[in-house]
Amino acid sequence: MDHDSAYNALSEASDDRRWAFGTGFEDPLAGVDASVPAGVAGPSLATYCLMLGDDALVFSHRLQEWLTRLPELEEEVAVANIALDLLGQARLLLARAGQADGSGRDEDAIAFFREPRQWRNVRLVEAADADFAQLVVRLLVFSTWRRAVLDRLQASSDPFLAAVAGKGVKELAYHRDFAAGWVVRLGDGTELSHRRTASALEAVWPLVDELFDAHPVEESLVGVAVVPTAVRAEFDEVIDAVLAAATLSRPRVARAGAVGGRAGRDGVHTEALGFLLAEMQSVARAHPGGRW
Amino acid sequence: MTVTDADLQEAFEAVIGRDQRVEPRDWMPDGYRKTMIRQIAQHAHSEIIGMQPEGAWITRSPSLRRKAILLAKVQDEAGHGMYLYSAAETLGADRADLTVKLIDRRQKYSSIFNYPALTYADVGVIGWLVDGAAICNQVPLCRSSFGPYARAMIRICKEESFHQRQGYELLVTMMAGTDEQRAMVQDAVDRWWWPSLMMFGPPDEDSPNTAQSMAWGIKRHTNDELRQRFVDMTVPQAEALGVTLPDEALRWNPERQGYDFATPDWEEFKRVVAGHGPCNSERLARRRAAWEDGAWVREAATAHAAKRRDHRGPGR
Amino acid sequence: MTYTSEGGHGAVPTAGVPTGAAPGAVGTDWPLYEVFIRSKRGLNHVHVGSVHAPDAEMALRHARDVYTRRNEGVSIWVVASADITASSPEEKDPFFSPSADKVYRHPTFYSIPDDVPHM
Repeated sequence: MDHDSAYNALSEASDDRRWAFGTGFEDPLAGVDASVPAGVAGPSLATYCLMLGDDALVFSHRLQEWLTRLPELEEEVAVANIALDLLGQARLLLARAGQADGSGRDEDAIAFFREPRQWRNVRLVEAADADFAQLVVRLLVFSTWRRAVLDRLQASSDPFLAAVAGKGVKELAYHRDFAAGWVVRLGDGTELSHRRTASALEAVWPLVDELFDAHPVEESLVGVAVVPTAVRAEFDEVIDAVLAAATLSRPRVARAGAVGGRAGRDGVHTEALGFLLAEMQSVARAHPGGRW
Repeated sequence: MTVTDADLQEAFEAVIGRDQRVEPRDWMPDGYRKTMIRQIAQHAHSEIIGMQPEGAWITRSPSLRRKAILLAKVQDEAGHGMYLYSAAETLGADRADLTVKLIDRRQKYSSIFNYPALTYADVGVIGWLVDGAAICNQVPLCRSSFGPYARAMIRICKEESFHQRQGYELLVTMMAGTDEQRAMVQDAVDRWWWPSLMMFGPPDEDSPNTAQSMAWGIKRHTNDELRQRFVDMTVPQAEALGVTLPDEALRWNPERQGYDFATPDWEEFKRVVAGHGPCNSERLARRRAAWEDGAWVREAATAHAAKRRDHRGPGR
Repeated sequence: MTYTSEGGHGAVPTAGVPTGAAPGAVGTDWPLYEVFIRSKRGLNHVHVGSVHAPDAEMALRHARDVYTRRNEGVSIWVVASADITASSPEEKDPFFSPSADKVYRHPTFYSIPDDVPHM
């Protein structure tokens, strides 16, 4: 037997598109029909794409910050994987937003040259995690919610959103599974891990209700967008099942207040987002007109 | 039937002599086993520590495409470290024990990662020069006499070729950009060229272990041979890129059919490998923090697994 | 000088580097699982390496992440290393009787009494 050919059976054709979890590095909209469907308001569609895209991009950033700080090497690979998936979703959505609003801005113009008040993500994704328990709790909440939203978005009358959702829902199921596994292991692990996970729930929970607030833009895109009130029941069912297995209970904490009724979806964020974007955008802004 | 040490040694040498693989359960001289553990473990440590200088630039990547590429690359490095630790463990080592030895500075990692990545151009230059040098080292390792190591190296080399290409491509793009970007690239090249050459280790006359390693099929080429090959490969790439290499003595030698180049500063090298390089303490502190801060997580998972086994009862 | 270019990124010391395992387990270490993969085009599972995990379910996840790049068409088996029973390729193996033994890894995985020959 040729000792050097142990991996021959495993080798895929040399194909950059499938490198590292199938993340395409090229133009995310290449070959995809991203035109705005008839009867749909371009600016509203663009805003909706930004909502979903900004959620993914900001959360991916927080996951990226965890690399080289995780408890085991296997977790490094897993978290990088999740960060890559979400980054891929964000790229598609941001690129589409730039087309739909008629500005012609590309994904980078949108990501690197908007101020915090122009970002449309929910506040849940903005905070840096204090420890690994917060990471997995926040990820559990985020991925359970987002998977449910994308699941319904597969039926969108906009083919682009349906396609993004179709791919994304499989990824999110994987992320949710990873997070749930960890919440259970930490909740029902040692006394210390149980306490930390309970604290993590208390820290994250105030920003859960905001995920399910219906926004006028979502409500205006009938048949196109998913109004998140629709997924609250599924979210509760999954979370309750995971918490039960983890020997944890829902925290009794008040929801985080809004400002004049406005929160993340309206560009009213926590202070953390400013720092996050300052870092994310620093090199791009230092070289306007630079080519990368 | 009793087997003598001489028989075992002969069988081992025959395997090496036929350029075949030594596998974990084969008899091997103790020195061979220890050398392999040392080499594979320190190689693995290098991959993991190597995640840090480039990982530092993921969040600040100036385009989403570059961010995805760099994120995937750093993830690959974690994977490479894991393949290598797996290979070391087939020799009886234990990954947690190796990690503790790294953190306690009893095992080392490649000195190249003790240099700081100061600009985004460093990301490209690390891909081009550091990974380029690593590839020079690693391709011969695919024929290492130790089976698990050779197989890990085949997998790693396949993935690593992407890394070097992506790094070089970033530099090509930046060199076609603004004046500031071009200056950034040249500055990064000026800082990383000599450390990259020193990755191949000291000159052959100062490397006493080379002979034994070559006899065991662990090392296939000398330090100077690999360094020369790297220079010869890289100089035309630098010319294509439009950067100058910081070596006034660099010139083509038609008799040798290779490039002449100046002697690296081996005093700086000695300082860096002795632990006094620019980033030595930061790199290890980061690794130590992840390990120690993560202990409660690992313990929780272990405790949970034990609970589930107890719950299932004996015999399951 | 005792540094060589051995290993991927080179310039690591060769002298004075301890390689022996410390006695006793490192408390929080997760057990080792061997990973076997059959690709879409493959005929049988191939041993590709190992992962550490606290339990089999997580080992499977880790194996999928690390060894298959999440390729869904790939079949994965994980087996606790301690559960693998192995035999030696040649009769001349001096460490164990010809009948199968517990672990496929190097014999020093075991602590072996001082007075056993050829150890």
